[in-house]
Order: sequence, then C-alpha cells, then structure tokens
Amino acid sequence: MTTDTVTAKDFATDQDVRWCPGCGDYSILKQVQSIMPELGLPKEDIAFISGIGCSSRFPYYMDTYGMHSIHGRATAIASGLKAARPELSVWIITGDGDGLSIGGNHLIHLLRRNVDVNILLFNNEIYGLTKGQYSPTSELGKFTKSSPLGVIDQPFNPLSLAMGADASFIARAIDRDPILLRDVLRAGNLHKGSSFIEIYQNCNVFNDGAFDPYSDKKRKAEETLILQEGKPLVFGLDNAMGIQLDGLTPRMVSLATCSADDLWIHDSKDHTKAWLLTRFFDDPKVAGHFPRPFGVFYQQERPTYEKAMQEQVKQAVEKFGEGDLDVLLAGRNNWEI
Amino acid sequence: MATQLLEKATVLFAGDSGDGMQLTGSQFSLTTALHGNDLATFPDFPAEIRAPIGTVSGVSGFKVNFGSTRIFTSGGKVDTLVAMNVAALVKNLDQLKANGLIIVNEGGFDARNLKLANYTAGQNPLTDGTLSNFQVITIDVNKLVKELLKDSPLGNKDRDRTRNMFMLGFVYWLYNRNPESTLQFLARKFAKLPDVMAANIAVFKAGLHYADTTELFSNRYEIQPAQMPPGKYRNIMGNEGLALGLVAASKKAGLDLFYAGYPITPASDILHELSNHKNFGVRTFQAEDEIAAIGAAIGASFGGHIGATGTSGPGMALKTEAMGLAFMIELPLVIVNVQRGGPSTGLPTKTEQADLLQAMFGRNGEAPMPVLACATPSDCFEVAFEATRIAIEHMTPVILLSDGYIANGAEPWPYPQAADLPTVTPPFATAETPYQPYFRDEKHVRQWAIPGMKGMQHRVGGLEKQELTGNVSYDAENHERMVKTRAAKVAAIANSIPEQQFDSGSTADPIVVVSWGSTYGASKVALANLRKEGVPCAHIHLRYLNPFPKNLGALLAQFSKVIVPELNDGQLVVLLRRAFLTPTESLTKIQGKPFLAAEIEAFVKQQYATL
Repeated sequence: MTTDTVTAKDFATDQDVRWCPGCGDYSILKQVQSIMPELGLPKEDIAFISGIGCSSRFPYYMDTYGMHSIHGRATAIASGLKAARPELSVWIITGDGDGLSIGGNHLIHLLRRNVDVNILLFNNEIYGLTKGQYSPTSELGKFTKSSPLGVIDQPFNPLSLAMGADASFIARAIDRDPILLRDVLRAGNLHKGSSFIEIYQNCNVFNDGAFDPYSDKKRKAEETLILQEGKPLVFGLDNAMGIQLDGLTPRMVSLATCSADDLWIHDSKDHTKAWLLTRFFDDPKVAGHFPRPFGVFYQQERPTYEKAMQEQVKQAVEKFGEGDLDVLLAGRNNWEI
Repeated sequence: MATQLLEKATVLFAGDSGDGMQLTGSQFSLTTALHGNDLATFPDFPAEIRAPIGTVSGVSGFKVNFGSTRIFTSGGKVDTLVAMNVAALVKNLDQLKANGLIIVNEGGFDARNLKLANYTAGQNPLTDGTLSNFQVITIDVNKLVKELLKDSPLGNKDRDRTRNMFMLGFVYWLYNRNPESTLQFLARKFAKLPDVMAANIAVFKAGLHYADTTELFSNRYEIQPAQMPPGKYRNIMGNEGLALGLVAASKKAGLDLFYAGYPITPASDILHELSNHKNFGVRTFQAEDEIAAIGAAIGASFGGHIGATGTSGPGMALKTEAMGLAFMIELPLVIVNVQRGGPSTGLPTKTEQADLLQAMFGRNGEAPMPVLACATPSDCFEVAFEATRIAIEHMTPVILLSDGYIANGAEPWPYPQAADLPTVTPPFATAETPYQPYFRDEKHVRQWAIPGMKGMQHRVGGLEKQELTGNVSYDAENHERMVKTRAAKVAAIANSIPEQQFDSGSTADPIVVVSWGSTYGASKVALANLRKEGVPCAHIHLRYLNPFPKNLGALLAQFSKVIVPELNDGQLVVLLRRAFLTPTESLTKIQGKPFLAAEIEAFVKQQYATL
C-alpha cells in the first residue's frame, strides 16, 4: 500500500452540501467518508457514479473521481468503467426511483454479472427531487401528490429483487444507525463482486418518519433484527425474543420458553435462509409482524465479470499473441497487384 | 466451345432463405476478388430468419457485380440469375437483362413450390412462355444431389443443404473461376464434421463437372483482372471494415477499445467481429439494452478507454439521452448507426439513409455532434478511423453513419500498412498546472484526466457546468456561454478536416451531384456515364456532414444546379439549405434498395434539359 495517510476529511470537496437540512443523506455521506481511508487506496483510484435524484448529488461531495450521470444509468456506466478499469474501487449511488424504477433493468443485469462494485441504494420510499410522488417502494395505500386516493402498486421488496437477480452480496442498513451502516459498508467493500446495500433513508420533507419503527428509540428493539454472523436471531427488549426455524417456516419465540441454542443461527452463506430473511417484510402496523432485519443477509464468492473479461483478453493474447495491426488489416485472404 | 471475354458481369444467386444463398454469394465474391476482378456485392434477405419456405417473401438473394474495369455499385440489371425455386425466379425476373441467362433448379419447381409462389394448378413459368426472352438452363439439382449422396451417412436434411454448392460449382465453371479457395473454405468450415465436408466438396465438384461435361453452353465467360492500382488487396465487408477501423484508431491512440452493443440488424456483425479481436486489448460488452450499451461505453471512456457503441435507427433513438450526457461531459465516444429502413422497426434488413436528421438533431437541448458517413465497405475503415480520431482529439461523442447496403456489401480493398496510419493524440491532462476539468485549448478542447491520475480527481455530470472548474452552475450567463462554447468546439473541427474535393468534374460544370453515404457508388457510375454522353456535371461526395468542410458552401454556390440523390425523403437537402441557402434538386428513393446509376442519370438529364 503506497497511500498517504488520509482521513475522512480528505474525502470532502469544497462544494456546499445542498440536501435539505435534516435529510438522512448527511449521515450516509458522513459514514461513507469515514470508512474511505480504510479502503487503503489513493483517492484517485476511487470513483463514485450516480444517476439522478436527491441521493445522486453524492459524487459532488466526494473528492474522488465521480460522475453524476443520467436517470437510472449509473449501473450501466459503472459496469463499463469497472470492466475497463478493474483495479478501481467503484461505488454506485442510487435511490429507489433511480435504481428500481427507471434503472431497474440495468440493476438486475449488473447483479447477475457480478461486477465488483458497491451499490448504495438510498431508499426513502418517495420521489424527493420531483417533490413527493410515490416510488416503487412506497407502501400500498400511501397518499402522495400523485396518489391522492392511495397507492395501488404493490411495492418492490428490494432485497428479494436483488436475490432474484442472483446478487452475491445483500445487506440492509439505516441512516440513523451509523455504526451498523459503517459495518455494512465495510463488509460490502471487502466483498469481491456486486454488493447490494439498501439503506433506509429518511426524507424529512416528503416522507418523514417512514422508518421510525426502525430508528425510534422506544420501538427499535422490538422492530429490528440485527443480523450477526454465527449468532442466534434475537430481538426485542433485552433480546427477549428470538426466531426459530420450523422446517422452512420462521416462528417468533420467547426466550423464556425456548433456549437460545434452538434459535436460527445466522449464516450469510446460506441462500435459502437469506431468502427467508428478505421476506421479513411485514407492515409494522399489522399485528404479529416479524421484525425487520438489518445487516448482511447474504454473501457468496463467485467470479466477477471484470475478472472474467480480463481473463479472456489475457487468454486471447496467449493464444494469438499480442495483436499485430498489420496482420489484422491483411486478413486471411489477400493478393497483390 | 468458345470463351467470351466480358468487361463485367452481374450474377444474382437467389433461393429460399434456408438455401444458403448468402454463403454461396460470399464465396463467389471472394474467389472473384482473388481472381483480380474489382467487385461490389449486394446481399438482400428477408427480416425473418426462416421466412415461410418457398414463398416470395422468403427469398434471399446475393448479387455480385464484377469486372475487369473498376466497379462502384452492386450492379443494375443482372446477366445471370441462379434461381433455386419458383419464388426466387418470380421475385427477381424483372432484374434480368433481356436475353439474360437463368439457371434454374428444376427440383424447386414442383407443384408445392408453384403453389407457394401463387401459381394456379397447371401453370409453370418454365413452360408457359414467361421466359421466352431469356436463355434458360434447367437442372434438377435436387435429383442430382440425391443420387450423388445416396451413400452419404448424412440425413436427408443435411444432404439437401449442399444443393447451393452444386450451383456454385456450376457458376464457377461458367465464369472460369478457380475453385481452390472454396475447397479450402469448405475444408476449414467443416473440419469437425468430415461427412458434411465430404458431401459439400463432392456436390461442389459435381456442379463444376456437370457444367463442363454437359453441353449446355455455347459460351464460357472470362473476365480478366481489373486494372487496379498496384498494392496489396483483400476483400472487405462494410461492418468488418468499420470494426477494423475502430481497432486501428484505438491502437494508434494508444488506448484500448471498449465496444458495447445490443444485438440489432444490421449492426450486430460489428460486435461479432470485434469480439474476435480481444488480443488487441479489445473488450466487447453485450449489454442488456441499447441504453446500457452506450452507458457502458461512456463508463469505459471515463476510465480512459475509447468507448464505442453500434446500433441501427431504433437503437439510436434509445441512446439519445446518453448521447447528450457524453456531449455534456465532453468525453470521446463513437456511436455507429448502421441505418436501415425506418421509422420504428421499419425494414430491418433493407437499406435507407433516413437517420441523418436524427443524427444531427435528435437530442434534447443544444447538443451538436460531429457526423460522418461511410461511402463504401472499404471506406467504412477510413471513416471509422477518422471518427475515432475526432472523438479522441476533440473530446466529443461522434456519430458515424453507415447503412445496410454497405454494411453487408463487400469489395476489394487495398488495405493500408499500420505504420502509414496517422497517430491519434489523446489530450491527456498533464500535471504542469492544477487540473481544471473545463479549461480549454485553442480548439476549445478540454483536457482528459482519468481515474488513477493523482491530484486530478474531479466530478463530471449532466448538469450545466461552470466554465473552467466544471462545478455545477445555474448561472444564466454561464449557461449561454457554455452552450456557445460547446457548439464552437464542434464547429472548429472543420479546421482539422480536409477541404471538400471533387470526385469528378469541377466548378466549370453547371451541374453538381452531391452524394453522401452509400449513394456514392451509383452517383459515381452515373456521373461517368453522363460525362461520356457529354452532360457537363461534377460530383461531390460528402464524408463530413457535421461540420461540413469549410469550402463547401463556396463550392456549391458556383453551380447552376445542385442535385442531391438520397435514400430518404430529402434530408441532406435540409442541411444544405440550412447551412448555405443552396437551391437544391432532391432525388429521393425510399424503397429499401440502393439507387441504380440509371435512375440518377435520368434525373440529371432531366435537370440538364431545364438549364
């Protein structure tokens, strides 16, 4: 490592940060900047690529290479960048509208290819930049400017969607838990392959309190399930509750009646269990609902796209030799006049 | 048996789309090129992979025009038509010269084939006098092949698929072609399928021998090698030339080529071709859609590769927003549009030049981009090289227009030596002064800093930029200046391209024909014929459509008549009038087919008469 000693501050730019006061984006920016020195990379080897939306202003505030591109296409652009320059650390900043609506197609294809990038999807369940229309993650029945009678679209479950697209790393974090957020960012960065990180982000102007159940001090313990590798799934005040697996059916149990040894032990390599965890997606208003999991759901090592592409170039050179332009131009059949 | 010396000939192989006519035609072309003839080809096939068998809509054709003189079009009327079935004959009969030769596979004229080609019971063009003005040779290829391969281990389907080789062998004999390269081709192509190889070679030779031993002809034809400028030659197809041009320019710039595409007719062959050249550092990316393809190419350019993407009209429409981004962030990018019949899905396998105005104006906001067009299959190489040079040296996306006719057409190409190609210089940032992303040189070109360059971290994006710093700016005056500056940058490219020359004629002529793209060949032939007949006309062919060469307006102003033939409803005419207020006479053809030289000749004569 030849990097100079850098701190989080070194990653800030001279640009004024222009998100609304109180926006959850500030916390995310801060946590990202704070883990950047841990990458062990010089700033010039890092690139942030975003699409369009409030969150997509992010690259302007990072003193790395960056592109604030067009709506939904950060994933496509970052795929080209990473494929061309595998040695770079590439981060995609997107939102629920940018990544799941207009850019949904590129997102699923990036995930299946397993391009080694980190995707931070800021989910605020609303269109903020366009001032308050429902998004593909807004809940059914929600009243917004474009749904005065309530949303009738079934929302996406972003993590289930990512699993369906064969993402090799899936995690969830929230703006108001900086420690958890930093842990998840670190894990995503270490993962070789596409890291899909959904971050619940409060839009205090158009959708304030959307994630209160998971951040409110009084409710948080009951409503969140913090995933820790090799540890039993426990939640609730004093971790009094746990999750048990009955076949493939999860059940909430009280630790008063059940030993911690009999609980579901978190194993992020287990695809089936990770899928079940992504289905913990109940409406917190409905009685008997499961807590919402946070942390790393799933990680799997498999070849990355850019490595495979690099390998093909290498093999072609080994097989045919370094390209000779004169041989290429002459073709296989030629003649002289 | 006499051998008759011809100056040129046009042969059309026509059959069902499963009959292998494209392969037959391209083999004939390659052998003819190796024979030393000049040539041009025109493959014409249906959009359906296997259109209904035996129907007129399912006919696939491959036309080869070759000669001992220079050839600039795929030919007008056909001398020899090979028809594998009734539909192939019916569809192409009007293309045949009076007293032309028809070689018919009688096996394709059974009751079923007649019915599929809409003949009523009892009617047959072979016997009803339809062909009385032509020479007809009838061979039951089906029967001969069946007999020949009766001991072959191949199944019936595979045996039947060798019929095209019989016709190829037959025509080789007729035009005195050397079978060697085709024998080598078959040995190579079917190296892993020895039975298929043996059957194809046997049938090909049977065709040659059949023509030799049956006394069907009074004449055999010889077309002597053309008087081509000395040099080393090869055959080149348009899409292939285009791919090689991209590779060559990337090498000359010292950059790796990153080509991203989504499969679309007739541009996919560029992706196929480039995917075979990974040892040149070429990366090919088959994207999930057209938008992702241009997005990935932009990402690669941001990373310091030369990004390129190729498509056809409908794909171009999808890429427009991303083109605007590339224009705004001023990164090099080559966008290839192999035009086809439009609008919408249009005529996917037919040619047209109707995307010129889309290339010029098809973006939101003020976003002028350089536009170049290729004239012939070998010109595709040069123009691709030039488009890439402009993209890199001027830090701008560039649109390169080709079309279905040249993309699939082939011609002999006096290929260049790598050392003779110009060097391309990317304007990389240097560490001498603090990096400012939108600081510009005298050509208004900004410097290129790529990730990994220390101390030059910067952000680009689609939002309006402040001059010099590239920071987001909503300032009114700044926006206007930036719009004007970006336009001036593109306009200034006129200083780095050659002045417009005449292809033939001069300002002494009262009439000038202005062609662009694939109308070059037909225009050139028409002009040569017209001048022979004493019609005083000049020919200008435009490679650069935006910006135009600096002297173009002054040149055009000196003619009484400016005639513009186009395969669209008059699009270059719009641009010429807009730029120079040039009064123009528009000759249009919107039939999915290239011009015939005769059509241009007739129009010019008609205009000449009004002078």
